[in-house]
Amino acid sequence: METQPVIQLEELHKIYHTGEVDVHAVRGVSLTIQRGEFVAIMGASGSGKSTLMNTIGCLDRATRGKYLLDGTDVSQLNRDELADIRNLKIGFVFQGFNLLSRTSALENVELPMLYTHHHLSGREQRERALKSLEMVGLGQRSGHHPNQLSGGQQQRVAIARALVNQPALLLADEPTGNLDTQTSIEIMGVFQKLNDEGITIVMVTHELDIAQYTKRTVVMRDGVIVTDAPVTDRLKAETELERLREAQQAVRLAP
Amino acid sequence: MKRIFATFKIAIRALRRNKLRTLLTMLGMIIGVAAVIAAIGIGNGAKAQVEAQIASLGQNVVSVFPGSFSSGGARGGWGSASTLTPEDAKAIEREVQGVVAVTCEVRDREQIMANGQNWNTQVMGESPDYLSVRAWSLSSGAMFTDTDVNGAGKVAVVGKTIVDQLFSGNNPIGDTIRIRDMPFKIVGVLRPKGVNFFGQDQDDVVIIPYTSSMRRVSRRQYLSSILIQAASPNLMARVQQDTTDLLEQRRSGREPDFIVRNQLELAEAATATSRTMTALLGAIAGVSLIVGGIGIMNIMLVSVTERTREIGIRMAVGARGHDILLQFLVEAVTLSILGGITGIAVGIGLSNLVASRLNWPTLTSTASVVIAFFFSAAVGIFFGFYPARKASRLDPIDALRYE
Repeated sequence: METQPVIQLEELHKIYHTGEVDVHAVRGVSLTIQRGEFVAIMGASGSGKSTLMNTIGCLDRATRGKYLLDGTDVSQLNRDELADIRNLKIGFVFQGFNLLSRTSALENVELPMLYTHHHLSGREQRERALKSLEMVGLGQRSGHHPNQLSGGQQQRVAIARALVNQPALLLADEPTGNLDTQTSIEIMGVFQKLNDEGITIVMVTHELDIAQYTKRTVVMRDGVIVTDAPVTDRLKAETELERLREAQQAVRLAP
Repeated sequence: MKRIFATFKIAIRALRRNKLRTLLTMLGMIIGVAAVIAAIGIGNGAKAQVEAQIASLGQNVVSVFPGSFSSGGARGGWGSASTLTPEDAKAIEREVQGVVAVTCEVRDREQIMANGQNWNTQVMGESPDYLSVRAWSLSSGAMFTDTDVNGAGKVAVVGKTIVDQLFSGNNPIGDTIRIRDMPFKIVGVLRPKGVNFFGQDQDDVVIIPYTSSMRRVSRRQYLSSILIQAASPNLMARVQQDTTDLLEQRRSGREPDFIVRNQLELAEAATATSRTMTALLGAIAGVSLIVGGIGIMNIMLVSVTERTREIGIRMAVGARGHDILLQFLVEAVTLSILGGITGIAVGIGLSNLVASRLNWPTLTSTASVVIAFFFSAAVGIFFGFYPARKASRLDPIDALRYE
């Protein structure tokens, strides 16, 4: 039981029927991801990586093939059951943050608990949301609204929200796509810390240097996996940040 | 329960986010509900007033009036015939079954005098039973008796207006008033009855025995009307028929010169009028409620489109279609109920304003308030359902990608 993979895809296909042409976005992907892994899915636009991500995230359903999440076959579940899976087993982080505007960080983090079936009391919800915010280093900003936070801070709120129901899996679709270099590294630092604590993370990115912070890289092209290899010279966000800071210092000190 | 409360909180927040739009949307409901409340209030007030008027005419009363009189091709109107006699009244009392009392009435206008003052008023010749038939009573003194009727006694019972005009409001019992220069002793004062349905002051009256009127005052040989009190409401139709038959028989084949009216007919005609009015006002109010509902539906559809992304986010973190449906439905119902409550307040205010400014009686019933409240909730559910279902059926991915 301990060795049961978190994600197990077998011959997964996704075909979009848009008008006259059928778009075969994913053409037979088989992939196994074990507990505690940190995987980057890479590829050019149209390679099928986002479609694959949406399918893994139970936002979309595969046309053919099998998808076992934590041992349960989710390819046969209905809309409501998929909603429950998204609520309890998966945390999703998006490129555009997708926070509710005019709603405080704390309430944004509480949102998934609103749709959980064994309902927690208001106090328990708040405590859990605060703990989650502290995990991403935003404990002091719980009352701020998204428009009062920087991009990096907004993404941290989104991560806190993804973590609040203690999911088995954290999915991130281009989480650093809207962020500058330093903030991107900071976010990768958060991911690395979470991964060290045992959370399985799968992220989509097209930036090679970002993929360097993960443990395994899967490259897709035209709907199939072309390479799948462990990251060899893995970067550590802490040291990279240190280096960046020194470089900035140097620029400022230079005559 | 907690979930409903949380959903309600979200709805309130969403509504507060766009205050002007919320207010304008609610305005439809407010106008609709206020119209319903005011319409029902005014209608009920009119109905209650009519019913009170009808009741003041007496209980289970069947009236006989003289018919039209024609002479040489010229036809007089109703009441122009002068053939209704005290003998007719006696025959009715004797032969028609289910009759409690029969009174003779002779109406006349006279200039009366007392204390050096004079006043023109209605002098009514009546039987002693008149007060009980009209469900009227005295505030002091006593009604004259059959002995006074038999002897054409010079006694009188006066209304409040007479007391005010001729006696400056002092108790006039034992004093005399002069009618056609004859002294009549005042034996009783009527309890004030106020203005009737036609705006007539019912207290501006002097009641004397009908025989006194026929022999001394009006000197008419016929009656203005005969009032018959039936033993119960069910008997009224039969008493009416039997009286008609009896009077026809007594006139042995001559053209009928009388009309027999049943008080219920009058009541029905009067309440039918106010019912029609209430129904008409209610229909207009109902239409405006539907218009208000369409306003809610319209704004909810706009809201669903605007918030497609929010719906996507909620679905992505695990909201079921059912949760989204509930959220938008609660929002629509909150909108309509808030509008409904405001509308109820405005409606009550409006009918009070009508009552005080136009001097129309209004009556806001609890039932109409409760009905208006639940109806507005129902409007919210009915018109909110389609937009809410549309929201709940969105595809999470499409919703998230919506710009």
